[in-house]
Amino acid sequence: MRKIITALAFALIASATHAQSFEERVAPCLACHGEKGQSETENTPSLGAQQAPYTLIQLYMFREKLRANEIMNEMAKPLSDDDLRTFSDFIAKLPKPAPPAEAGDAARMQRGQAAAQQHRCNTCHNPDYSGKENVPRIANQREDYLARTLTEYKGNVRPGYDASMADVMAAVTPEQIGDLAYYLARVR
Amino acid sequence: MLNCSSASRSLLLTGAFFGALTIGAAAQQPAASPPAASPPAAAAPLPPGSPLIGRPDNSEAAAKLAPIAPPPIPAAADKLPTAKLKVPPGFNIEVYASGLANARSLAEGDKGTIFVGSRLVGNVYAISNKDGKRTVKTIASGLHRPNGVAFKNGTLYIAELSKISKVEKAEDNLEGPAKLATIYDNLPKDEAHGWKFIAIGPDNKLYIPVGQPGNNVLHSDAHGQIRRINLDGSGGEVIARGVRNTVGFDWNPENKQLYFTDNGRDWMSEDVPEDELNRITKVGEHFGAPYCLQGNIVDPEFGWGKSCSDYTAPVTLLGPHSAALGMRFYTGKMFPAAYRNAIIVARHGSWNRSKKVGGDVLLVKLNKDGTVKSTEPFITGFLEDNKYIGRPVDVMQMKDGSLLVSDDYNGAVYRVTYGKQKVADKK
Repeated sequence: MRKIITALAFALIASATHAQSFEERVAPCLACHGEKGQSETENTPSLGAQQAPYTLIQLYMFREKLRANEIMNEMAKPLSDDDLRTFSDFIAKLPKPAPPAEAGDAARMQRGQAAAQQHRCNTCHNPDYSGKENVPRIANQREDYLARTLTEYKGNVRPGYDASMADVMAAVTPEQIGDLAYYLARVR
Repeated sequence: MLNCSSASRSLLLTGAFFGALTIGAAAQQPAASPPAASPPAAAAPLPPGSPLIGRPDNSEAAAKLAPIAPPPIPAAADKLPTAKLKVPPGFNIEVYASGLANARSLAEGDKGTIFVGSRLVGNVYAISNKDGKRTVKTIASGLHRPNGVAFKNGTLYIAELSKISKVEKAEDNLEGPAKLATIYDNLPKDEAHGWKFIAIGPDNKLYIPVGQPGNNVLHSDAHGQIRRINLDGSGGEVIARGVRNTVGFDWNPENKQLYFTDNGRDWMSEDVPEDELNRITKVGEHFGAPYCLQGNIVDPEFGWGKSCSDYTAPVTLLGPHSAALGMRFYTGKMFPAAYRNAIIVARHGSWNRSKKVGGDVLLVKLNKDGTVKSTEPFITGFLEDNKYIGRPVDVMQMKDGSLLVSDDYNGAVYRVTYGKQKVADKK
C-alpha cells in the first residue's frame, strides 16, 4: 500500500508541475484536504482558515523532511519559498471548518472541555481555538487527526517546529487526549 | 465537486491507478483510535510538576501570550533591520552574512570559517571568508535541533537534541555534506529544553547542558544540569545542578571560572522570576531550579520546605522572561579598554510577558573578584512597538576583536566593529 501511495503522490506531483495555473497546482491539495476547507479524508486535516504562519512552517517542515509523512514530503518537495508563502496565504482564506451537525455526547463534551481548561489550551490557541500566528487553529479540526497529533506530540514522535507542544503534553493523560480531540472537533 | 479520489483521478490520465486510488485515499496512516475513555475527574488538580501549574486562567492579557516561532525562511538581505539597530558611539554594525535560516550558535574555525547551528530547521551552516568575499554553505541538514557548535584543533563539534558528533578537518570540506561521527549520546531525548549550546573549556573538555524537561518540573537525575566530557566522549561528569535551561556560557579569562546564563520559569508572574547570570566556583554546585528561583524566591509549587540559602545565588539578574541566551567574555583589542574581560550577553527577548523585555545585547562589567559591577545596554533596537524585528541569540568574538551576533528571527549574522576599520559590506 505504501508503494501505491507513493506512486500516487509522484503522479500527482508530475501532473501538478506541468500545470500552469495556481488553481491547477492547488487542486491536489484540496482533493484530500477538502475543497472548502473541510477534510472528508481520514487522518487528513481540514485546512480552512488555518493560520498562514503555521501552515508555512508545516509546509517548510514537509519539504525539508523535518516532519515525516510520505505523501506530504513528496508534495512539498518542489515548492519554492515563494510557493510556501502563496499556498499558506491561500489556505488561510479558505472557509473555516464547521462543527458536525450533532452536538456530541454531553458527558464527553464536558470532560473534553474540562481537560482543555485544565491544560489551558486556550492560552495559546485562543479562547475560540482559532489559533494565532504560528499556533494553529484547532477548532473543528478532524477528531482522528487531533487525537493522532496529540499522541505524537506526547510521545516525542512528532517533534513539532519548536518544543512547545511536547512541553504541554507531558501533563496530559492518554484518556484526556481522546476527550480533547472529541471536544475540539465539535466545539461551537 | 472534487474529493480526494476523484480529484486524483482527474489529474491522472491513465487508468492504471484507478483501483488503487480510492483505496489510497482511505488508506493513509492507520487511525489512532481515540483511547477508550476511563473518565478522568473533571478539572482534576494538576499533577505535581505539571508545566501548567501557575499558568493564569481567565486572564485576558495572559491569553494573548504564546511562544513566538522564528520564520523558517530567512529574511532577504535588503530586509534586515541593521539600520534600526543601535550601538554605542564609535561602534558600527553591519550584516556579516544573511540567508542562514534560524541562525543560532556561533563558532569560529582555525582558518576563520564561521560555523552556525540552528534549532528549528535542522541545518548547520559554514560562512567562509575569502579575500573579503563571504559565502554561506549548508554543510549538514536534516539534523535533530543542531543548536550547538564548537570548534577545536580542526574539529567541529555539533550538539543535536540528544547526541554530540564531531566532524574532523571540518574546514577542509565546506562543500558538504559534512561527515558526522557520534562521540556521545548518553543524553535524555526530551524535546522540551532539549536543544543545546556547547563550548570547549580551558580544561579542553566539552561542556554540555541538559535542560529541565518542561517549564517547571521535578525531573530525573539526568536533567537540569551542566556536564562535561572529554573530547572523545569519555569521562562524563556533572559539574552543576539546578540549571533550568542554559543556552550560553563562557569562562572568565582571569580565573577560568565558568559563567552561564539560565532562563527562569514561565507563567509565575510578569515580573519574576528573572533570568540569571551564574558563576560556578566549585564542581557540583546547585543553582536552585526548580526549588529556588533567581536566588531569592522559593517556587510556589516546589519550594515548600526549601530554603534559597541552600543554593548558589546568581551573580546578577537579567530581566524577567528576557531569554538571556548566548554570552562570551570580550578579550579582544578592537573595542575600548572598558570592554576588556566584560561579558557580552544576548537577550533573545520575552514572550511570556505583556510588555516585552529583551531583544538586545547587554554589556556586563565585573569587579576584580568576579562579582558584577554594572549592566548596561550594548546593542538595542530589535524590539519595536512591543514586536520583534530581530532576535539575537549568540555572540562571538572573532580573532580580529570584532563581535558577531546571530539573529534566528531573520536568519542572519551581524558584525560589530569599533572605530574606523569598518569593513563595508557592499553585498
